[in-house]
Amino acid sequence: MSNELFRACPESGLQFHKPAELLMRSNAVLAVVILLFGGVMALLVTLTRWPAVHLLPADRFYQMLTLHGVNMLIFWIITFEIALLYFCSSTLLRCRLATPKIAWLGFALMLTGIIVNNAAVLNGDASVMMTSYVPMPANPNFYLGLILFAVGALLGCFVFLGTLVIAKEEKTYEGSIPLVTFGALTACIIAVFTIASGAVILIPTYLWSIGYINNIDAAMYRLVWWALGHSSQQINVAAHVSVWYAIAAIVFGARPLSEKVSRTAFFLYIAFLQLASAHHLLVDPGLSSEWKIFNTSYAMYLAVLASMVHGLTVPGSIEVAQRAKGYTNGLFQWLRKAPWGNPVFSGMFLSLIGFGFIGGISGVVMGTEQINIIIHNTIYVPGHFHATVVIGTTLAFMSLTYFLIPTLFRKQVMLPGLARIQPYLFGGGMMVFTMAMMGAGTLGVQRRHFDMAFTDAVIGFDYPASAYTFMGIVGISGVAAVIGGAIYILVTVLSVFLGKPVGSESSYGFTTSTLMRAEPVAVPDGGHAAAGKWGFAAPGTFLLAIFFLAIFVLYYAVNWKYLASVWPMS
Amino acid sequence: MSAIQPPAETIWWKQPLDRVEGTWIGIALVWSLFMFFMMPIWHIYGKQNLSNEAYRTTPQAYMAKTQAMVNQYTIRTETAANLPVVRPPPGSDVYLLGRLWQWWPLLELEKGQSYRLHISSMDWQHGFSLQPVNINTQILPGYEMVMTITPDTAGDQTIICNEFCGLGHHNMTGKIYVVEGGQ
Repeated sequence: MSNELFRACPESGLQFHKPAELLMRSNAVLAVVILLFGGVMALLVTLTRWPAVHLLPADRFYQMLTLHGVNMLIFWIITFEIALLYFCSSTLLRCRLATPKIAWLGFALMLTGIIVNNAAVLNGDASVMMTSYVPMPANPNFYLGLILFAVGALLGCFVFLGTLVIAKEEKTYEGSIPLVTFGALTACIIAVFTIASGAVILIPTYLWSIGYINNIDAAMYRLVWWALGHSSQQINVAAHVSVWYAIAAIVFGARPLSEKVSRTAFFLYIAFLQLASAHHLLVDPGLSSEWKIFNTSYAMYLAVLASMVHGLTVPGSIEVAQRAKGYTNGLFQWLRKAPWGNPVFSGMFLSLIGFGFIGGISGVVMGTEQINIIIHNTIYVPGHFHATVVIGTTLAFMSLTYFLIPTLFRKQVMLPGLARIQPYLFGGGMMVFTMAMMGAGTLGVQRRHFDMAFTDAVIGFDYPASAYTFMGIVGISGVAAVIGGAIYILVTVLSVFLGKPVGSESSYGFTTSTLMRAEPVAVPDGGHAAAGKWGFAAPGTFLLAIFFLAIFVLYYAVNWKYLASVWPMS
Repeated sequence: MSAIQPPAETIWWKQPLDRVEGTWIGIALVWSLFMFFMMPIWHIYGKQNLSNEAYRTTPQAYMAKTQAMVNQYTIRTETAANLPVVRPPPGSDVYLLGRLWQWWPLLELEKGQSYRLHISSMDWQHGFSLQPVNINTQILPGYEMVMTITPDTAGDQTIICNEFCGLGHHNMTGKIYVVEGGQ
């Protein structure tokens, strides 16, 4: 191992392999560029669905919505995740990255795929939404771009796996891989499954679009496509839960409550998350109720159980660390005294709350076989997944970025005042946005729909005034969140390209030492339960979890009651 | 060691469970199983369940069946496009088709009566969304979905397409009138 290939980060104690560092930087920068592009589309789409503004004409709206979906749900997140995979393997294991050249080939394929796919949509003949449901035809390059991107991402996954092998072989760590790397491995395994499913459906669809296959069955397409479409969001869950654990470790020096529980919960993701394809098929013809019930419940909700476990153990580990530092008064002093002005922490905690309370509960409720009848394809659905993917994943990645700027990019975080408020503006805006969407969806407002007033329809329909109010709130809070997203991009781009190096005398922005506590907290005498109450190591977190469960139960019951009010059907 | 470092104990799987974790896992597992069994229970005791009845079909075959019903039971036409309004007898098979960009024909059903409603698509994927009662299902070309519905509220219901189906998607609507029996 030659030393000039490695750079130690003195403040964080992390060690970067230089070829890996350049790859992480490139993937992260590309991801942020895509986020900017997708964010512009987000603004245009929001301003069109805001009834009082109704900005774009119909064809532009559907085109921009397609671009927004593909760029945000696939390109932005997966590109950032590739950077994350390299970080969790090469950096956390202090190991050289396997085959950097293959990793660059993957990067080139991903970039090419992004350009090819976006060009097809911009060309105007591929406004088919991210789902591109057959037999609605799209420009063949739409599928080709996705395939190229997927192959590139798959190479990234293999480089990650190869790095794990090298680290074990060269004994760069002792014992087991860190929990965060284990979570990244979970994400990688789900990613391989996802990409394989994508290949199984997108390659035939591409051949169909250029005339080599004459028919793709619509039901089969949906079944296989969603093994790509939903599972790709499960990569995100595994990735952002890993980021939560990482940030708890970075900001608080927190250690997992127990490795066993957290790792088993990740394993449940691998075992069951891929069944989620069924969530999209609950009101499809041709599938039996038995199939729907087993699959939509992730096999008796064992993957939901896993998320509920992470939802306890991440804040629980923070509580234990804070209590060990002396914040032991009452149930919530540990939380009150948390560094709410540190965007690495505040973003992560809002991500956790939003993902659990809004995205998690709504996802389980609408994934109930019968309740889906009153929710399928209404705007409730994007309400749900903006809570999981935007508040959960994107906000977690944003907060991690504030840590990566000084450590990976060696720059101070510029505009610290703006960086401080950014998670609140973005996360808060998205929380209002998602709940307003769910409100509108409950009133039957549709997703992917240009005109809720039905101005040009032969047969019109009037939504109640409250539906318009909800969509107005969607517009306003959506714009607030877009401003929050713009601040993130501004801070990131300014810091990375024009920022002061971390070592320079004038410390204008955040540096590692203000964002991080590098030393792990020591376990107090008598085990970490000693600093808690009732024999619980994290009593405050437990109370929060019970509060979460109460809301969950209540909301679940309300939706069954609503379902019972619609026409009897069998 | 923290979560970004290897576990301090190499035999980490023997570390005993914290009480806070064990308790929460127990509670969460009970809740998960409860939610799972709610679905089969609703199939037995609940009144809103989607049927599992569906058939493969073709646009031509399905069109023929729908046309036959329209020929037999049309009671009036509406709108400038002269869309037929069909009032099939209670208990009968009712055919509805989705195509770019309309739901055809318009239906008139009696409150409190049951109908076997068939739905299919002539072209692309569509979404059947009945508003304001709020019933939503996916409609696929090549598949004929059959469900027994019992309208229990009188009044107008609008069918809105809620699966994106191209440029006219937002104008794709239809109608189900629910009238009191004997009217």
